[in-house]
Amino acid sequence: MSLKVTDLTVDIGDRRVVDGVSFEVPDGARVGLIGESGSGKSLTALAILGLLPDGAEAGGSVLWNDRELIGMPDRELATLRGDEIGIVFQEPRTALNPIRTIGRQIGESIRIHEGVSRNEARTRAIAEAARVALPDPERIVARYPHQLSGGQRQRAAIAMALACRPRLLIADEPTTALDVTIQAEILELLLSLVEDDGMSLVFITHDLAVLSQIATHGVVLEDGRVVETAPISTLLSAPTSLVTQGLLRDATATLWRAPASRGSGAEPQTEPPGGQS
Amino acid sequence: MSAPETRRRVPETRRRARDTRTSARRRRWAWLRRLWSLSTGRFGLIVVAVVTATAIIARFWTPFDPRQVAIENRWALPGWPHLLGTDGTGRDILSLLMAGSRTTVVVAVGAGVIATVIGIALAALGALTARWLRESVAVLVDILIAFPVLIIAMMISAVWGGSLAVVIWSVGIGFGVNIARVTRPELRRVLHSDFVLAGRASGLTPLQNLWRHLMPNVAPVFIVQLSWGMAVAVLAEAGLSYLGFGAPVTEPSWGLLLAELQQYITVYPLSVLWPGLAITFTVLGLNLLGDALREATDPTLSRGRDPLHPPRGAIRHVPEVVA
Repeated sequence: MSLKVTDLTVDIGDRRVVDGVSFEVPDGARVGLIGESGSGKSLTALAILGLLPDGAEAGGSVLWNDRELIGMPDRELATLRGDEIGIVFQEPRTALNPIRTIGRQIGESIRIHEGVSRNEARTRAIAEAARVALPDPERIVARYPHQLSGGQRQRAAIAMALACRPRLLIADEPTTALDVTIQAEILELLLSLVEDDGMSLVFITHDLAVLSQIATHGVVLEDGRVVETAPISTLLSAPTSLVTQGLLRDATATLWRAPASRGSGAEPQTEPPGGQS
Repeated sequence: MSAPETRRRVPETRRRARDTRTSARRRRWAWLRRLWSLSTGRFGLIVVAVVTATAIIARFWTPFDPRQVAIENRWALPGWPHLLGTDGTGRDILSLLMAGSRTTVVVAVGAGVIATVIGIALAALGALTARWLRESVAVLVDILIAFPVLIIAMMISAVWGGSLAVVIWSVGIGFGVNIARVTRPELRRVLHSDFVLAGRASGLTPLQNLWRHLMPNVAPVFIVQLSWGMAVAVLAEAGLSYLGFGAPVTEPSWGLLLAELQQYITVYPLSVLWPGLAITFTVLGLNLLGDALREATDPTLSRGRDPLHPPRGAIRHVPEVVA
């Protein structure tokens, strides 16, 4: 169950926005794609699932379980999406359909991929909602997105992506739109879910501090090219590229802040700043 | 608005219990209950139901034969047995109105069906197909929209003679184009929304996505347009019949009745009131029903924006009791 991206390209018109990206995600690995905005991280994620917008063309090779995903017919790709590969998007505000209940949206992929009845899907959706620690899952599945907070919506979106127990989860900046305390909660949740299921993770972010909390390896992108691939500890201690050094500088502030904000309300005094590596 | 709300207030504990019991089946009809709880929705539903019921009853029974002339009884005032009085040839106005409602319903439903088919087809072609096709459809719609429905209907009936079919087709096509014009950009907007992408990411095929995510999100705009179109169809039938382009004189029609009675408005003003009221209420009812339907089917509009009055069963943060 490994993902192997080789020389992936994405063209929009005659502009090459992803230019020869290669990386590998072995079974159970947690890999981060990191770069400034516009570096092609999100398009890489969309290209893997064949979800590129109209007018964008993918090339190169994406091997999932030795099956080539680039050029695979959409009908065939649809059977993989949600079932073997799940994705969580950045903006929980818009990633949920405003006029369908949370429960139906979580149960959707279960209904599609496993062909279960509406009631069965509802029961499963309640279980999934409980799994992502949504409060009062029995009742929250009957709610509409606008009745949930941002963090709750992102939990629901994660439940949607994981409902069919995919083997790979792609998380496209899942914490960027949330405030810092909620960010930490969502990261913890993602990490525990990924570890429980033993699934692989591709985590996309522009924040090295966030990435260091969840991924083991990082792939640094700039202008659609890979500039550095290394274990997170190396990226943090001995970044070779200028981009990574810049990202590290940006992240340092966040890193210093992180322990204080995570423990906010509990016992702030037990963890001095920087006590967490 | 506030009066029915206070009446429906239920003790918190009972409300919670009821909410937990809510089954999927009940929730499927929740919009109907919400529709009824809106004063506009209730008014619209009642008007549409009354007109439809009248049309069905008039098919089998009217108090008098609407065609029966009785000169000795002309211009009778409202009373017994002619509840709304009689016209200049002694025909019973109530019976004429009842018979006319059949025409109204046939025209509204016929035009509505045609407008729906044309509107959805054009909107789908204009939003979901290849670029060259959808842009030519958009241009076509823009051109067609330039022709006023009533003028087209008058032109057609002036050439081929007036009939109800002309009214139905011209309003149906005219409003089909209108629906397409408004629904197409809405469809494009929803098509590019994140949740449609998320739907595809959960493995929905494009067709499943269309039914589950696109159509329901476009429906409110569509419903408002459709109800407006049906209201215009009622007006158009009355107007065209009034001008002599619509229903043939032998057909009972509110527009014809109005045209006939209106000549005597200075002498018998009361009689003109009835067909006028019938047309006004039907058009108003259809419009309000469409508006209320949009409000009732949109969960984000149903009471709950106001933090002081959260929607029934909203998640509140109840402090956990620490053991």
